[in-house]
Amino acid sequence: MAEVFAIDGRAVVSAELDVVIGPDEDVRGHAGLGNYRVIGIDFPKWRDGRGYSSARILREMGFAGDIRAIGDLTVDQLIFLKRSGFSSVAAERPLNPAVAQAALARFPFVYQRAADSGVPAWALRHPVGAEAAE
Amino acid sequence: MYQYDDIDQAVVDARVAEYRDQLERRLSGALDEDHFKPLRLKNGLYLQLHAYMLRVAIPYGTLSGRQLRMLGHVARQYDRGYGHFTTRQNIQYNWIRLEESADLLADLASVEMHAIQTSGNCIRNISSDQYAGAAADEVDDPRPWAELLRQWSSFHPEFSYLPRKFKIAVIASETDRAAMKLHDIGLQLVHRKGEIGFRVYVGGGMGRTPIIAPMIRDFLPTGDFLSYCEAILRVYNRYGRRDNIYKARIKILVHDLGASEFARQVEEEHAHVKTLGLDAPEAEIARIRDFFAPPAFEAGLCETLDRGDPDFALWVDRQVAAHKAPGYRIVNISLKPVGKIPGDASADQMDVIADLAERYAFDEIRVTHAQNLVLPHVKASDLQAVWEALDAAGLADANLDLATDIIACPGMDYCTLANARSIPVAQTLAALLAPREAELGELKIKVSGCINGCGHHHAGHIGILGVDRKGNENYQLLLGGSGAEDTSLAKILGPGFDEAGIVVAVEKVTSAYLAQRAEGERFLDTYRRLGAAPFKAAVYGETVNG
Repeated sequence: MAEVFAIDGRAVVSAELDVVIGPDEDVRGHAGLGNYRVIGIDFPKWRDGRGYSSARILREMGFAGDIRAIGDLTVDQLIFLKRSGFSSVAAERPLNPAVAQAALARFPFVYQRAADSGVPAWALRHPVGAEAAE
Repeated sequence: MYQYDDIDQAVVDARVAEYRDQLERRLSGALDEDHFKPLRLKNGLYLQLHAYMLRVAIPYGTLSGRQLRMLGHVARQYDRGYGHFTTRQNIQYNWIRLEESADLLADLASVEMHAIQTSGNCIRNISSDQYAGAAADEVDDPRPWAELLRQWSSFHPEFSYLPRKFKIAVIASETDRAAMKLHDIGLQLVHRKGEIGFRVYVGGGMGRTPIIAPMIRDFLPTGDFLSYCEAILRVYNRYGRRDNIYKARIKILVHDLGASEFARQVEEEHAHVKTLGLDAPEAEIARIRDFFAPPAFEAGLCETLDRGDPDFALWVDRQVAAHKAPGYRIVNISLKPVGKIPGDASADQMDVIADLAERYAFDEIRVTHAQNLVLPHVKASDLQAVWEALDAAGLADANLDLATDIIACPGMDYCTLANARSIPVAQTLAALLAPREAELGELKIKVSGCINGCGHHHAGHIGILGVDRKGNENYQLLLGGSGAEDTSLAKILGPGFDEAGIVVAVEKVTSAYLAQRAEGERFLDTYRRLGAAPFKAAVYGETVNG
């Protein structure tokens, strides 16, 4: 079993996966996902980016547990995973924790609202409008 | 022009630092080429036939003098003294050394430029109308919206691993100078009942399966601009094909679903995502728009020109377009001198154009998808001085939209994807047609060295496609395409030719046009009126039917 790496406060690294969702499964079609603690989203190939949409939609549906990215992933995907709502990663090949932390901390700003707590540049530039939007 | 604030600069600087780390790991052997390749590609660095090629983003084709001078510096310092402007309004350098690539990106960052997302299956550089802010027929300036898209699409977490690359164009005139309907998303700014909004076209493209984008929304309010794009991208990311690289573009999804079903899915997704606070506030749009406020045009300028020098008069007639401000003109600079490589400019030429922009054009330069440059705001009274300076730098060719203004991809001279050479065919054709170009009038010839269609052959009045035929370069001839507001796709005329044969065939096509045209008809008009038959007969003789 691949080592679990937390990328967000919602991670529950000690917990096992309750369910695994494949790239071509529609998370909106799954009943009862809200009962789970850890939902795994599988990336058989890193190039296949459907899992990013799945995670984000789960967060939009209000899922507050751990969403774990599993499969063919490297440090280069971490920031996109985190921003799309993933909270932990279990990569096939082990991640170097120091390199992973550096990758997550690399960019000081983001340009769009997503499923993490990142505040888009436009909201930083216009803080009053941002409060209204939230 | 847009100027970076601390946020924009910090993001680009962070990208350079990230890439420098990755490059150092590659050079030390900690990263192998397999793992490094996707990282360098995300920074526009390709390994080509002879060397690394770097593609630099020129957002919506707009440059300042300082930026163009930096592109000249890059050409001198890191390449062989020239650069190649592309059909995506970008610039490519063909002789880059890997070890120097991080320094190059750092130099670009010092003038608010980058190579982010110029490759890979992500949202690429946003394209626009090269006459934006200057065109007389413009509803409003499209560039603030293009800049908003640039920022929104940069490192978008959900859309960084799309099924395939994704290209967006924004225009604001009925005249389409950006081939808008041949993009994955084409956005046209329009007026309705005193409000501005967008016509939204999705699923156009060239390449292996050329398709003209259908309209999926006739008026998108500006307040939903980003959330609607988000909805389109989400439907594509979830349902675009990933089993076959040749069927992975959004045009295939839209075509397979049908435009109305695709639109329905987008509307449904949009109804959801618009509640998530994805759209930038009015204040941000106003902030960006301020950067694109019209420059301080002078009033009461002289409109008349001294046309005493016939070479100057010809250049004015062919290269200069009307401007929305009285007394100003739009100047097109040809990068198509006969015998040279279409779209190439030397470092010295870039310096000259940068100087001219600063002195005469409110410090702006535009890159066109036809691989030429534009000075968007020049006083009529300065045209003579501009022309003289261009002429001294070998940049005063007068062939805009004429037979020698040929678009050509790099082809097999540089590109690993190519099946045939494009540049020599373009050069031979230009030399052949130059003496007749005035007589032939508007004639857009576009040459691609492979089915991917970077040379836009599908949109050529005359398109040429290089293919591999049993190990030999073979060229197909296509007629009747257009990338303008009357968008159409060129059709193959008949069997292909070798390099000498394609040149002869084009000559026969042009002769047939001259023989058959009605008063005032362009080549494209004659082809549309008569169809392929007379051209087929001219090229293949009477023996080929159908």
